[in-house]
Amino acid sequence: MAAILPQLLNLLLQFVDSFGFLVLSAIGLAIIFGMMGVINLAHGEFITVGAYGTALSYHAGLPLPVAMLVGVGLTTVFGLVLEFTIIRRLYGRLLDSMVATWGISLIMIQGLRIVFGSSLSSIGTPLGSVQYGSFSYSTYRLLLAGASLLVLGLLYWVFTSTEFGTRARATIQDEEMSRALGTNTNRMYLLTFGIGSALAGLTGALYAPTMTIVPGMGSTFLVEAFVTVVVGGASVLVGTTGAGLLLGFINAAFSNLFGTFAGRMALLVTTILVIRALPQGITGLLDDVRGGT
Amino acid sequence: MGGETTTTVDHSAPDGTLSRLRSRLEGPNTLGEGRAFWLGFTALLGLLLVYPLFRSSYYVSNTAYLLVSAFLGLSLCLVWGYTGIFSFGQVAFYGIAGYTFGIVSINVTGPVGTVVGLVVAVAVAGAFAFLVGYFMFYGGVSDVYVAIITLAVTLVLNTFMGQTAGEAWAVGAARLGGFNGMTEIPSLALGVGDTAITITDAAFYYFVVGTLLVTYLGLRVLVNSDIGYVMVGIRENQDRTELFGYNTQKVKLGVFTFGGVLAGFGGVVYASWGNYIDPSVFGITFAALPIIWVATGGRKWLGGAIIGTFAVTFVSQKLSVFGGQYSLVILGALLLFVILVLPEGFVPQLARRLPGGDES
Repeated sequence: MAAILPQLLNLLLQFVDSFGFLVLSAIGLAIIFGMMGVINLAHGEFITVGAYGTALSYHAGLPLPVAMLVGVGLTTVFGLVLEFTIIRRLYGRLLDSMVATWGISLIMIQGLRIVFGSSLSSIGTPLGSVQYGSFSYSTYRLLLAGASLLVLGLLYWVFTSTEFGTRARATIQDEEMSRALGTNTNRMYLLTFGIGSALAGLTGALYAPTMTIVPGMGSTFLVEAFVTVVVGGASVLVGTTGAGLLLGFINAAFSNLFGTFAGRMALLVTTILVIRALPQGITGLLDDVRGGT
Repeated sequence: MGGETTTTVDHSAPDGTLSRLRSRLEGPNTLGEGRAFWLGFTALLGLLLVYPLFRSSYYVSNTAYLLVSAFLGLSLCLVWGYTGIFSFGQVAFYGIAGYTFGIVSINVTGPVGTVVGLVVAVAVAGAFAFLVGYFMFYGGVSDVYVAIITLAVTLVLNTFMGQTAGEAWAVGAARLGGFNGMTEIPSLALGVGDTAITITDAAFYYFVVGTLLVTYLGLRVLVNSDIGYVMVGIRENQDRTELFGYNTQKVKLGVFTFGGVLAGFGGVVYASWGNYIDPSVFGITFAALPIIWVATGGRKWLGGAIIGTFAVTFVSQKLSVFGGQYSLVILGALLLFVILVLPEGFVPQLARRLPGGDES
């Protein structure tokens, strides 16, 4: 009994950790996908920009929370500029815009390498760890799971209780009609892309202290972000939360039993099985339930 | 432009075997037809055949490598360009086949091993494509999901192969080798025992030229056949094609599987060329390359894919010599440029300007 309890606690903490990682990896991608139907293949590099912004300003002497804000701000500006110069030209050419963002991703990975070299010195994880039995878990990583809940809550508020949220949902539902009723849909797209970039930057900023900061670090988040978006479907909040719970549990269970790689593999296999039954993901399931009643 | 591709096609062949053959190779889905094109084609082929006589073995080997990439380009062209399946993971089949070839040919020694390895590797790549394709196409997921699932599969394979460094990760005598890759993969050999011919150097070059020629001509026949029209129909409008009574899921699965086989063949030849393969074939950078080649050349045309692959690979080799670290930046910029300015790619643009070029 005494041996099982720490194991269970371990599993629980791992679940919390996975949930946070999946949600934070995916949320920026999911917002842009839900709104514009576009998958931003430079998503990983947006996260990298957030991490670089944080690390560089931290090493320049700013306190960590302020450095993180700098990282988020930098990524937001970066995203807005890209939307304005490139993504905007590709509206209506969904798949082409994905290829274009891949081009951006290549330029950014190598560009960061040329400018800043092969790695930045790391920040070091703050806050120490929680001890239980013979195990310990990083407090900071658990804090990140809390941050993911906070982000979800904040987005819920934005999308349900602000004028921007109402207009954004109207644009998703029927672009032409909302334009006819006076919504500037291009501005909606720009703002949504900005929010998506900001959230990607936030992910980079939050995970910067836990990782080695290298130009290709963005790809660490990609698989998790992709599977969460696919399993979640187009509905940002419900989909991402549901997918985070389901995949987080599966990832935690398999990682716990067979190691980190098995956890990742299980995510992919689950996703491929899910799409066979639910091609629109959890969003589609919800629509069916709602339509059925 | 695409809408006109299925207008009147005269399949009634004139007399003579040559003309009959030509009529099967030509049609609205390929660029380049008529006497002038085939004369030029033969001249180019002749040039490729005498090339090894004039250049050192280093150049011959390098040109062979450029041509090997064309299999990957052609497979993406067929899947993405002709059928509209957005596969970002053609390199997964390329890599899987390369690794499988290594495992089999290291374990089954002698020339027989390499032939068995070739067959098994291509079959495994095809089976894997079939499996992934089944879940995607019969699940009925959207194009965007196809893109991210194929890419996710590739990236997971990258992590998988990257962590196989230990002694435990070996299949028989073949060590997977983690990030250092699998070494000492034998070269392809044809025949049995002492009479076997190992395909290296000039022989390898001619082998690649020959197989590429057969593949190109075979694909020309395929895309100008009825199946080819259905493929293009799916690309232009899947719902309409389905309403005409075609089983689009089946056709997509078939094309995707065949694309996997083709990419797999490329992977085997690549592993045999370098006697080596490593997990970077599953990396996100390598996965982007076929997209760049095919988009630049012209994804809707076989010739565009081959020329794009050859030209971009050639230029990027030069760039990595002179431009060093900037080569990837330039490739990314090239991709952006093509998507924004020249979505059809370079080859159809050029073909239109040539005298007697296809106006479609």
